[in-house]
Amino acid sequence: MSKIEFMQGNTACAEGALAAGCRFFGGYPITPSTEIAEHMARRLPKTDGVFVQMEDEIASIAAVIGASWTGARAMTATSGPGFSLMMENIGYAVITETPCVIVNIQRGGPSTGQPTMGAQGDMLQCRFGSHGDYSTIALSPSSVQEMYDLTAKAFNLADRFRVPVFVMSDEVTGHMRERITIPDRVEIVSRRPLEKGTLPFRGGDDGVPGFPEFGMGYGVHVTGLTHDERGYPEATDPHIHAALVQRLVSKVESARHDIADYEMVNPDAETVFVTYGPPTRTVKQVMHDHPGEGVGHLHLRIVWPFPERLLRLFTNAKTFIVPEMNMGQIAREVERHTDLPVISVPKLGGELHTPGELQKLLEARP
Amino acid sequence: MVDKSLELFDCGHRACGGCGPALAARLILKGAGADSIVVASTGCMEVFSTPYPETAWKVPWIHSLFENASAVASGIEASLKRQGRTEKVLCICGDGATFDIGMLCISGAFERGHDITYICYDNEAYMNTGVQRSGATPYDASTTTSPAGKESFGNKRPKKDMPQILAAHGAPYVATASVAYPNDLMQKVERAVETPGPCYLQIHAPCSTGWGFEGGKTMEIGKLAIQTGLWVNFEMVDGEIAKAKKVVRKPVDEYLMAQKRFRHLFKPARNEEEIAKIQAIADTNAEKYGIDIELKK
Repeated sequence: MSKIEFMQGNTACAEGALAAGCRFFGGYPITPSTEIAEHMARRLPKTDGVFVQMEDEIASIAAVIGASWTGARAMTATSGPGFSLMMENIGYAVITETPCVIVNIQRGGPSTGQPTMGAQGDMLQCRFGSHGDYSTIALSPSSVQEMYDLTAKAFNLADRFRVPVFVMSDEVTGHMRERITIPDRVEIVSRRPLEKGTLPFRGGDDGVPGFPEFGMGYGVHVTGLTHDERGYPEATDPHIHAALVQRLVSKVESARHDIADYEMVNPDAETVFVTYGPPTRTVKQVMHDHPGEGVGHLHLRIVWPFPERLLRLFTNAKTFIVPEMNMGQIAREVERHTDLPVISVPKLGGELHTPGELQKLLEARP
Repeated sequence: MVDKSLELFDCGHRACGGCGPALAARLILKGAGADSIVVASTGCMEVFSTPYPETAWKVPWIHSLFENASAVASGIEASLKRQGRTEKVLCICGDGATFDIGMLCISGAFERGHDITYICYDNEAYMNTGVQRSGATPYDASTTTSPAGKESFGNKRPKKDMPQILAAHGAPYVATASVAYPNDLMQKVERAVETPGPCYLQIHAPCSTGWGFEGGKTMEIGKLAIQTGLWVNFEMVDGEIAKAKKVVRKPVDEYLMAQKRFRHLFKPARNEEEIAKIQAIADTNAEKYGIDIELKK
């Protein structure tokens, strides 16, 4: 039986992780994500899981990577400054193809910035923040319900693609309390073990190798150096490096339309809002208050890999409007994929776009 | 000589009533003097002492990040030295910033031998984010990430011995102090800033909110920590223990019972086994530092 509860977003994130079988949390306190660690500290000892408070965020993500190699579904949660500290290890998780979940409850940056105010300023950092070329997956909840659902989903994606997966939430959603339906059970699609006779870093048809868990007889060699399909370091052969990086990118990018998770409203509209996270709520309010004004809405629950095909499904579109709690990070991505005008509506400082602000934009339409 | 009338940490900050760290800041600056530059890490003191648009600091003050105060101080000190200047460079950081996230930068600064005074105000948990355990949290203290309950008696590990770690770096002067003994604290700060090379001072700074006691009892709690042997005020010169405050020790119960973070050891029933382990920590401290006063028979 599913049940209805009234819950904080950060708590829902932790509960979603637990429901998905997360049994390892390595973390460090940082506003506005700390409630996730606190909830995990209380809940994990009562399951067969383990909570470890690490000495900083570098150690937190590193411990999560270590735990993942023992087969555990592992996660950490942080905010901007901690996320910045994690960047080197995120690249390490990418090249070693370590499944893990990293929750970022975004706050105003750069640097210490606004610890208690919401923002979406790390959307490009989560895509490009570590050095080198790579691709990952980033989900963006816009409600407490989505905090639960998308955190649970993040573990499946991490296991399926052997990548670090980001839950790019924010202070607004993390600290919001609202009604949530806790399902009976969540879908769990565990990582595929490495088949005997195959190589631990040779992609299958989907570019994703099976996972050679420590202690299961694989004798696997894991390194952040460029490696061949056996996992052995080969850092000077241009072809091996190119093939590895191209596979790391393509295993995610080639599946982007399959990965896509979205909501489309009024696909015939001429003016289309594109949102993720909290601005989604404002757009929904505008459309509720002014129905029948020929306005469409593309709500992305997964932002990276960017599902550009969806823009073309709005066949009558003349303008895309992208309200974001940053200076237009995803608007740039929308611009990259369409010849139509893209209006970026940045909002900084931690306040949400008001329905009135967005309504004014609609009224200014020719 | 310490000028006790010197007030370089101003009133009007936003600390809780009876805040140990606020008192520590005031006393530190009396000991260090007006010619000081303060490098602060992220933490409770950083927040409560700089409420927008004000500041409590009457000396140059820089807040960098959570983890790197001693590296920023290294740069300040090295550049001042090159210019032939003699301002005193102080890091004033909490225990999370010192014991955990900042450890790497502290180790680097002490190994390089910068002439800085690193002061940790130790309130034994991450208070700014709402009382999570740190490497300085004492054994069995309940925090939000080491919650006491059916599965746990609170923090599972004893406090990390930071003074010993920094003494092992070759620091010429390492000391501990308590806000409950202000004269001793100020004198130790003065000695640290006057001693060439990297010096470390760790100040016991009770937190009424995080530890769970009335704000008026800060000094009492601070004194009980010393009187039970759970905190020792000592000095180490060139790696050797030079001096430690002697006491007629009380059982640890009195200190533990006065704070909500240890309440689970007494309710619903007195937990003899766990209290005995904490008493053993105090006994070990007493032996190691030789703090017991022999009573005349």
